[in-house]
Amino acid sequence: MSAPLNVVGRSVDRSDGIGHVTGRTLYTGDRTFPGMLHLRMVRSPVHHARLRGIDLSAAERVPGFVRALTAGDVPHNRYTILSLIGVEPEEEFVLAEDRVRFKGEAIAAVLAETEEAALEAVSKVRLDLEELPAVFDVEEALRPGAPVVTHWGSNTFMYEGHPCRRVRLGDVEAGFAQADHIVEGVYNTSPIEQAPIETTGCIAVPEANGRYTVYTNTQALYFSLDNTAIILQVPGNRLHFVGGTVGGGFGGKVDVIVEPIATLAAMRTNRPVRYVYSRSEEMQVSSTRSAWRIYFKDGVMNDGRIIARKVTSYADSGAYSRQTPYSLTKHAANVGGPYAIPNVSIDAYCVYTNRQPSSAMRGFGVTMGSFALEVQMDKIAEVVGLDPWTIRFLNAYRNGDLKPHRKPAEDATLIETMQAAAALVGHELPAELLAMTSAPRTDREGGR
Amino acid sequence: MASTIVTFELGDREVEVMVRPLTTLQAVLRGQLGATATKEGCRQGGCGSCTVLVDGAPVLSCLLPVEDVAGRRVTTLETVTPSEGLHPIQQAFLDANAYQCGYCTPGMVMLAKALLDHDPDPGEETIAQALTGNVCRCTGYRPIIEAVGTAADALRDGDAGQPR
Repeated sequence: MSAPLNVVGRSVDRSDGIGHVTGRTLYTGDRTFPGMLHLRMVRSPVHHARLRGIDLSAAERVPGFVRALTAGDVPHNRYTILSLIGVEPEEEFVLAEDRVRFKGEAIAAVLAETEEAALEAVSKVRLDLEELPAVFDVEEALRPGAPVVTHWGSNTFMYEGHPCRRVRLGDVEAGFAQADHIVEGVYNTSPIEQAPIETTGCIAVPEANGRYTVYTNTQALYFSLDNTAIILQVPGNRLHFVGGTVGGGFGGKVDVIVEPIATLAAMRTNRPVRYVYSRSEEMQVSSTRSAWRIYFKDGVMNDGRIIARKVTSYADSGAYSRQTPYSLTKHAANVGGPYAIPNVSIDAYCVYTNRQPSSAMRGFGVTMGSFALEVQMDKIAEVVGLDPWTIRFLNAYRNGDLKPHRKPAEDATLIETMQAAAALVGHELPAELLAMTSAPRTDREGGR
Repeated sequence: MASTIVTFELGDREVEVMVRPLTTLQAVLRGQLGATATKEGCRQGGCGSCTVLVDGAPVLSCLLPVEDVAGRRVTTLETVTPSEGLHPIQQAFLDANAYQCGYCTPGMVMLAKALLDHDPDPGEETIAQALTGNVCRCTGYRPIIEAVGTAADALRDGDAGQPR
């Protein structure tokens, strides 16, 4: 029955290649359905405010207006995407209740016969907002007296009762006391929008059998389905999500934002509902990569060995945490680097501010940590007068070395990878570096 | 504002649409004519995914009121695709894996067609220059530039119009 396994080692045509070059691939927004309504969102024009009222009366008079949805229409309005893997508390609002926490936050969904009518109706919704002080910097958000962003009163995500994700190995202060040099660095990165060419969107279609088919370009199909079931308080088997064709994502389409409200709208109107972000929503409302601030303090010996490393990192989660708590955990596990350092202390904070929420983007948590880490490694090389290759070979993990989170390295390949990389770029390494391997350290080299 | 009737050629057929003033060619192609190969990345002239040809010249259909194409010939990816097989530009994109998510591909192919119709032997520099208005976020531009070069060679070798 089974075909021979003969694909490895061959170049195989992509199954969607013909569709892509002919334009026959159907992306979410290419679909249309009879009677389809268009959903456009009323959004907060300010960064932080008390929401005292929503006046829909002028919007309702726009020809083509069908209905609007506000927080009270959403069965389970407060959710958190990662509750599926046990993350709490539920903190994000499908539609704003009494407060808006970032510019662009969703307040009311307007449904209309055409997109133009929906946009016109949105422009006629009057909001009664009392603006509040806002905070946009991670360290300012942690100072006493800073505006409080979350509904429960803290501007940090709590990790098992701690305001940060902590990693500890050895005694970092004792390491600093022994070190010949202390090398410090602070590294800042800006938010980055994933900017897929196809914007985030979905179409929710009520079926005659009581189920809802949701065509979506999500990167996280089952995450979206399960969260939609929770938010709408319906069994998952009433939802049929159709995805897989994604016009670029890069992490920007893993949050569950458009499907719950579009599906609710389809339920309430019994009509197909299209909710596709405009380019400005994609850029200014959808999650970005977090802004980061990362402090390094390293204790280094004259011979180049790093004997102590302290890292304090702050990721700007924006108004809601989405995937950022997970990002920080990955960050804390990786920011020490692929280097054997006997004393390490890492504090990684997921901080709430009034910026647009941040979330996943390619290697999130790790990429920005690697940037800071490797610039710091170059800085150390300069201080001790070694070249950037040598400092990395000297400190590279070898099998058996303890990582900062106290797991021994078992599959170390950094030394071999650097040797191969040097060969590929035509960089001649000195003989002693070429002779090194990831084999466990001998006692003579010990001390790690 | 009253709607008007606009007539234009789409490939080799004449189409007639009724539109409100300032309706874009993109909206007509996608919404009224079901021609969804023309993509919708930004609707503000910033990404190139909606590129079509009007009388052979590349235009951003998201910025062009359809009244402006009255009596003119519009070429979209659908009209370039042979009934069997692929156009040499499409074949070159397929062979070079010059796409990843595919969303920018229709615009890239249309721009390549406009370029090669006008300049059958462009160098790499010219190809890169021609593609600057079309944004790809996945693959990177190298395989796309290579594909356009390969397509130019194939078209000059007389493969034009030959189903492959």
